[in-house]
Amino acid sequence: MIPAKFDYVRPSSVEEAVSALQQGGDDAKILAGGQSLLPVLRLRLAAPSVVIDLGGIPELRQISEDGDRIAIGAMAPHHDVLRDDLVKQHVSLLSQATATVADPQVRHRGTLGGALAHADPAGDLGAVALALDAEFVIAGSSGTRTVPAAEFFVDYFTTAIGEGEILTQVRFPKYTGWSTHYEKFNRTAQAWSMVAVAAALRVEGGSIAEARIGLTNMGTTPIRATGVEQALVGQPATADSVRAAAEHATEGTAAPSDADAAADYREHLAKVLTGRAVLAAAG
Amino acid sequence: MTATADTTALEFGKARVRKEDARLITGRTRYTDAITPPGTLHVAVVRSPLAHARITGIDTAEAKRAPGVHGVYTVSDLGADEVGMPCAWPITPDQKAPQRPVLAKDTVHFAGEGVAVVVARSAAEAKDAADLVEVDYDPLDPVLDMEAALAEGATLVHPDLGTNESATWVFDSGEAGTGGSVADAIAAAEADPDQVVVRRRFRQQRLVPAFMEPRSCVVDPTGEQIVIWSATQVPHILRTMTTVTLGIPESKLRVIAPDVGGGFGGKIGVLPEEMMTVLLARKLGRPVKWTETRSECMLTAHHGRDQIQDLTITAKKDGTITGLDVRLLADMGAYLGLVGPGVPVLGAFMFNAIYKIPAYRFQTTNVFTTKTLTDAYRGAGRPEATFGVERIIDELAVELGREPLELREQNWIKHEEFPFTTVCGLTYDSGNYEQATARAKELFDYDALRREQAERRERGDKVQLGIGISTFTEMCGLAPSRVLGSLAYGAGGWEAASIRMLATGKVEVITGASAHGQGHETAFSQIVADKLGVPFEDVEILHGDTASSPKGLDTYGSRSLVVGGIAITMAADKVIEKAKKIAAHLLEADEADIEFSAGQFTVRGTDKGKAIQEIAFAAFMAHDYPEGMEPSLDSDAVYDPENFSFPHGTHLAAMEVDTETGRVNLRHYVCVDDIGNVVNPLIAEGQVHGGLAQGIAQALFEEANYDDQGTLVNGTFVDYTLPSAADLPSFTTEIVSTPATSNPLGVKGVGEAGTIASTPAIVNGVLDAVRHLGVADIQMPTTSQRVWRAIQEAQGRSTQETPIDTHSPGAGLGSIDPNNPQGEVQ
Ligand SMILES: Cc1cc2nc3c(=O)[nH]c(=O)nc-3n(C[C@H](O)[C@H](O)[C@H](O)COP(=O)(O)OP(=O)(O)OC[C@H]3O[C@@H](n4cnc5c(N)ncnc54)[C@H](O)[C@@H]3O)c2cc1C
Repeated sequence: MIPAKFDYVRPSSVEEAVSALQQGGDDAKILAGGQSLLPVLRLRLAAPSVVIDLGGIPELRQISEDGDRIAIGAMAPHHDVLRDDLVKQHVSLLSQATATVADPQVRHRGTLGGALAHADPAGDLGAVALALDAEFVIAGSSGTRTVPAAEFFVDYFTTAIGEGEILTQVRFPKYTGWSTHYEKFNRTAQAWSMVAVAAALRVEGGSIAEARIGLTNMGTTPIRATGVEQALVGQPATADSVRAAAEHATEGTAAPSDADAAADYREHLAKVLTGRAVLAAAG
Repeated sequence: MTATADTTALEFGKARVRKEDARLITGRTRYTDAITPPGTLHVAVVRSPLAHARITGIDTAEAKRAPGVHGVYTVSDLGADEVGMPCAWPITPDQKAPQRPVLAKDTVHFAGEGVAVVVARSAAEAKDAADLVEVDYDPLDPVLDMEAALAEGATLVHPDLGTNESATWVFDSGEAGTGGSVADAIAAAEADPDQVVVRRRFRQQRLVPAFMEPRSCVVDPTGEQIVIWSATQVPHILRTMTTVTLGIPESKLRVIAPDVGGGFGGKIGVLPEEMMTVLLARKLGRPVKWTETRSECMLTAHHGRDQIQDLTITAKKDGTITGLDVRLLADMGAYLGLVGPGVPVLGAFMFNAIYKIPAYRFQTTNVFTTKTLTDAYRGAGRPEATFGVERIIDELAVELGREPLELREQNWIKHEEFPFTTVCGLTYDSGNYEQATARAKELFDYDALRREQAERRERGDKVQLGIGISTFTEMCGLAPSRVLGSLAYGAGGWEAASIRMLATGKVEVITGASAHGQGHETAFSQIVADKLGVPFEDVEILHGDTASSPKGLDTYGSRSLVVGGIAITMAADKVIEKAKKIAAHLLEADEADIEFSAGQFTVRGTDKGKAIQEIAFAAFMAHDYPEGMEPSLDSDAVYDPENFSFPHGTHLAAMEVDTETGRVNLRHYVCVDDIGNVVNPLIAEGQVHGGLAQGIAQALFEEANYDDQGTLVNGTFVDYTLPSAADLPSFTTEIVSTPATSNPLGVKGVGEAGTIASTPAIVNGVLDAVRHLGVADIQMPTTSQRVWRAIQEAQGRSTQETPIDTHSPGAGLGSIDPNNPQGEVQ
């Protein structure tokens, strides 16, 4: 299908991009990997007057170590995140979740920043960012600000990125040595999650010292399963105790109903998958 | 010019890589949309968003003013008020067939129906302007459910027809004299404590054919003949039907199907868009192109399947089947497709399948709804039938407490009983169900899997194992013309071929079959190389252009090899016959003494001989040839088969079901297909693989869903869940060959086999995994949610299904929020 007419700019710095965005006003759209934006344009569900392509700003693709954090540029493609040794070592949960995103073609184009800015509740990376307390670096005309994950996801397809602002970097604390697993349930092998559970555990002497659990597609935003986390802490990672803790997985959720899964089925899946995610992480 | 083939290496049976692949895979070929004669104008169709509505106004003023626009037309503006799209299969004399207009006149009957058309300099400008056409609609009630559509007082799709029933077609073996009366068989079974009656209702969901290349048509009216390029399976039928529909003399039309990217039956129709493009090109005197988008394709290209099947089977307690009764409701959609009404009828002859069933009755009632029309889709009627019978055989096995494979064997036609005339009056020429089944069991390790299944049940494993069986046959190679005539099909079933021997000994073969991904060029070249004893590389296959291949009935129903291939063989025989006369003349021998083998004409008992290439050159020079003969080896043949071809096979699926989540996993799939002699094993295997993927997809993944307003809610590849290679295991496929006796090559069709066979194997396997939990049936596709709910219900835990909000985020469009159609994505 053919998108409606739009102007195209390709700035070479974040400052240029921000000013192009401000000039473009309401009607401007950022283009990252285009894997979500282009279908929207082609189906004519959106008709922006100007599309600002961030592909000409090389530093936005970088992944680096910054003290006790791993800083990932918003334009780092899923493929780069997945292959990166720093990410594997310190934020293994992100590698694992990214590996489940779509197919190799989409992963070469789609970006971490694009996926998080898009904030599709069925997307896989939001729950990871939330569970791991990532920070979002957002640039605007008056400089940059940093937003914690807990405040980043506002509603479905809505984040804390304001008008005229650009997400430039996502910073993950290091979880070196943590046991992690992303348990995804989908309709076909290369698709968004029906429900998924992101689990990161610090296991000490056979019992769970810290737990971070994020849920995908159990509400309009990614959801932190704090009830499960609390129930896990101090417990041994045995099937029975984990399953008992997983019963808390639906607390605070508002599962959607759609053609793939009605809410009650999603709730059931959330519990089963939470149990599996935690047990798999614990090894 | 004495190149001779290596006599030891026959082409027949060689797993040659397809010669067409290089140009297809590297993108060097040109599909219809890549053909743009100078001055081409582009078309965009304005389509109805509503399923059923009266059109109260169409305002084209703004669209006409848009940049690049040449014109905006309604059906009246095209002078096409009286034009109706053809339906070539009146299954009964009183079949009700509404006129399908080129563009809707005063009422739209399905969402996606064309209402107006924009012509512009570029496709983008046409699309932009199409968005500016304002259509006012007065909504009418949609008609969505077949049973409701037939009920008293139902809203009528076409009020002038007075009913939503298009036709009811019946076959009764008692009346036909080919078997007993089913009514008697059922009555007898009900009265007899030593017999059982099993009744089941199955649903064949609606599917989208999902071929790779969307449909496209380019018409150039500037020459003496109007040239039509179309992404069609049926260029010859398109030519004839364009004449029938628009009255343009056939001689003034040249139709070209260039390389076509798949069809699966989905490109068998004659399209309103094709006729519209012809009308526009003639009106404007310029080339015009229509290419649909993927969304238009999914919404408006005909769909497949969509039947409700009520089956009753009767049997003695010892397992002997005594009768089968089949009642179908078949959803035609809003109009009748070119052969749509006949699709369920094709299934009529296949519900009895490989079994000896003494009494049989089949009835289909074809119903109009306000949905996209249905028509042929890979297997066309036969997958539906095979599903029905293979499912109910399993149900009968459960009822009788029998091993399902043994129950099948008890009732199937034994190898020594061939040729066998079935309860439908068809004569199966050959088959060996024992051989295919024994081999499949061995490859599958059937007994070991049954043991594993028992162990998992015993242990109460979270993951249960089921074994799915389908012992299918099908009738293909459509078809003997007289049989088609007796079914009131609007064409014959022959196929044409010509062979031209060029001066240099190279060979051009012209076929009326029209490939769209099957590999005809390779397989046909192999046949001709052997027949004429020339190198494979010296054979060129020409097809898909009525200028070079004027005669043909095209490609569908697994007919290309078993009908078209035989026509080529016959033409080759005629070439040899003629060449023999010239060889005898040149070698100064009696024709009776000339022998032909591996491209050499030799005089019996001597070392004198001439190669076929030398004879071809001699015929071209024409300096010295027999009196009373034309100096040419070129030959034509038309082959009308005497019978269908009846491939068969045994398919086994190991299905794992995660009883906690309902997740179904196809662990292992084995099929052993008997497709007679095999020209090219690589192509045959490719056909089986693709066919399996499509059949498995029906069982596990695909369904075209309409909401209560008649809107197709999963009309993109994001939410119409087509499986990819990542969703399927490696298949174990094998071919055994019981040669067909109905044609000289001993071949049977293979194009649809995998699709026909696999669907019931999968569903039977899923049920076999959870039957002990009390689950009796699960509708297709057997998604994890459906499986989970079925288990919950069987265990007495009623699940509270939340009403499905198809417009919630994540409801398919994945990354697109349909609640926010303006797409304010941040
Ligand atoms: C076939 C397919 C399957 C998929 N499967 C999955 C899956 O399984 N799991 C999953 O999580 N995702 C999946 N996706 C989505 C994929 O992850 C996309 O890449 C992602 O949603 C968007 O990333 P992008 O870089 O392509 O962004 P784009 O499409 O370019 O942009 C998306 C939106 O974010 C905005 N945006 C992008 N970058 C910025 C920025 N730096 N600052 C502010 N706004 C910005 C854009 O304006 C736009 O509104 C799939 C996509 C496809 C096509």
